[in-house]
Amino acid sequence: MKLNFFEGNEAVAWGAYNAGCRFFAGYPITPATSVFNTMLKILPPNGGSVLQAEDEIAAMGYCIGASMAGLKVMTATSGPGMSLYSEQISFAIGSEIPMVIVNVQRLGPSTGSATRGANGDIQFMRWGNSGGLPLIVLSPTDVSDCFILTMHAFNLAESYRCPVILASDKEIALTKESVDLNEQEWPSVKDRAAPSGDLPFLPFRPLPGKDVPGFLPIGGPEIVRQTSSTHGIDGYITTEPKEIAAMLNRMNRKIEKDADRFSFADVMLEPEAETMIITYGVTARAARAACKSLKAEGKPVSLLVLKTLWPVPENLIRRAAENVRRVVVAEMNLGQYAREVERILKDKTVECFAQMDGRLITPGRIKEVVNG
Amino acid sequence: MDSLLNKNRPPVFCPGCSHDRILHALDKSFQNMGLSGNQIAMVSDIGCSGLFDTFFNTHALHGLHGRALTYAAGLKMARPDLHVVVTMGDGGLGIGGAHLLSACRRNLDITLLILNNFNFGMTGGQFSATTPQESMLSSGFLNSLEKPMDPGSLAAAAGAPFVTRSSAYQKDLSEVIEQAIRFEGFSLIDIRGICPGRYLRRNRLTPKMIEESIGQSETLNGPVPQNIRPEYGASYREHAGSMEPVSMPEGISPRFTPEAGRQEVIILGSAGQRILTAGEILGIAGLTAGLNVTQKNDYNITVLVGPSVSELILSPEKIDYTGITDPTVVIVLAAEGVARRKAMFDKIGPETLIIKAADVDIPATRGTVISADFKDRGIKKQDRALASLALLSGMNQVLTSEMLDAALEERFKEKALNEVRKLVAGIKKWDFSSV
Repeated sequence: MKLNFFEGNEAVAWGAYNAGCRFFAGYPITPATSVFNTMLKILPPNGGSVLQAEDEIAAMGYCIGASMAGLKVMTATSGPGMSLYSEQISFAIGSEIPMVIVNVQRLGPSTGSATRGANGDIQFMRWGNSGGLPLIVLSPTDVSDCFILTMHAFNLAESYRCPVILASDKEIALTKESVDLNEQEWPSVKDRAAPSGDLPFLPFRPLPGKDVPGFLPIGGPEIVRQTSSTHGIDGYITTEPKEIAAMLNRMNRKIEKDADRFSFADVMLEPEAETMIITYGVTARAARAACKSLKAEGKPVSLLVLKTLWPVPENLIRRAAENVRRVVVAEMNLGQYAREVERILKDKTVECFAQMDGRLITPGRIKEVVNG
Repeated sequence: MDSLLNKNRPPVFCPGCSHDRILHALDKSFQNMGLSGNQIAMVSDIGCSGLFDTFFNTHALHGLHGRALTYAAGLKMARPDLHVVVTMGDGGLGIGGAHLLSACRRNLDITLLILNNFNFGMTGGQFSATTPQESMLSSGFLNSLEKPMDPGSLAAAAGAPFVTRSSAYQKDLSEVIEQAIRFEGFSLIDIRGICPGRYLRRNRLTPKMIEESIGQSETLNGPVPQNIRPEYGASYREHAGSMEPVSMPEGISPRFTPEAGRQEVIILGSAGQRILTAGEILGIAGLTAGLNVTQKNDYNITVLVGPSVSELILSPEKIDYTGITDPTVVIVLAAEGVARRKAMFDKIGPETLIIKAADVDIPATRGTVISADFKDRGIKKQDRALASLALLSGMNQVLTSEMLDAALEERFKEKALNEVRKLVAGIKKWDFSSV
């Protein structure tokens, strides 16, 4: 056994490097800065690049350029930076540019509290882009998740050619934890697929039988076009409604239809439980403690910890909650993901325990809510 | 070499638009340089200059307004051999101002052509960052209140090593562009032209007037002597190339057997007291005994003032909740830290050990209090947190003396290690019944 004492942000950086990330750009912001610091330690000596951007818009722009040149790229920020990332996230979604975005959430709104945790960006991460097309959001609960989910995030970004957000928060990012990463099963590294089939290369032609286009880099022998404008498979502007609909529906489908393949979660079912706690992020840890304590008291409840938040793992949630009557969603905002759970579990009683005051939700509070 | 213009997408500018001249001049520069389409990336901004990428048969990237230079930088860092040419209007100059300044300072080998026609053409002739105050445009009186900026002087002031002002109508434009592309570093040409569709509606502007306006400006004609320096990408690669590769820290092999069960330690101090470092040392000490450890910190954004609180859990079992509910030990080193956890003292029972600096007051508590006179014993404020760990190890509470020594060895090197060892050894000599 070999133990490291990493904070979440360090684990994210090492996960990124091990997933093949060779380009990072960021703008300093608490509590995300130590991702930048660690990437700066790792990448330049190991054949990669790190840029300190003049603002968050530029950080995203640098990543978009480097990703289109063929590199695996990452950036990291917090709420105010996510707001500035928005226009470029829309670009990355609509033009199928792989990238990983770490959002180390802090208490908002706006500049809020730089060193207090919250999960106030959960709906913003999904809907804070123009056009409303889907992207993938993963949510770690601890340092080990930060490492493993970052590797998954790169694999998903490459496989589906889309931005993937890692929804961390101050309480995971800056909390140090003992971790033996070699004990974990690391996901095998995936790269974006080159075009295949006999047809000539077009930048947005889906791979045979797939909804994802094959990728060639800008700067390679074959000429590549990239555009943020509404485009056809040739990468030129189109005004043809059929072509537009086909493109947008494909981008929606490529992610939504595969949701079951990357619905990461921890499911702890208690056969006699009438209640299930659904939670994510750092609150999952308090929920685990609450469940252990409730079980010891002879009042077992089931627990579902979601590590994929978007696309909503609907099938997983339905299956996990099959045998309970009541669901308690615990989250560090004023009730954001509870909306999704309510939408999916229409036949259950769904209660939301929402707390947003800069403090962790405690196991004790969760127990009180569960006990009614 | 053949023209790199896209035969399938002929230019579609308004009749008389100077962009058309610039397009052909750029194509001629590429031809003169003998470049093929896959050696060039055209990065275009928004507006009429944003059409350039489609008219060339080269690599192309067209993105959001004002951000073209950011995409270009990412491309150039990843593909140093690629000729990266950015076309941007005077609109992009305004909205992307921060990116322009940054590009000038950074000096990546990118060529920026500012297609400066003194207004927003595509959206209907609004004023831009370069619109003269006397111009009549669709922004009403607004432009009469704002002074236009001169992109060339701005770029030179910001550190661009190559700046030229040109007219879209000058005969040698393609040679000027070629010189800019060949320049190893960031190059910018302010190419002034005429927008017949919008600007000419209510304003007079002729090629001769443009020529005269350039003549009246201070001379900027290529290399800017005071800004000449090595190109960023080359310097970056040189720096990075001289660094030793790094790999993930190997981690600590546990070598001691934990003596106690779950321990919760909270250190209450102020910024500058090395509270977080002491917390980290305690955490590493836990690792040396194979324990699960979490360290949750609480501090304000300010440096050197304000509270600093570190909460550590050391446990043989997996740690779920990272907050402290039932402290084994409370270390009190500053009033700021006490203020942040005031409510806690009332709930503490006699089983909790409180080590407090003698000069810090705490609220009434039933906890077992040990007062340590750090001041009298000459322990500096910033050493009190580590001194407290030494006290704990001396009492064989939470961590052993061996665990602390091992943690110091993991955390510090050479001179710093000697200093902390000295401090810790001094405290271990204390008579613990008298602290």
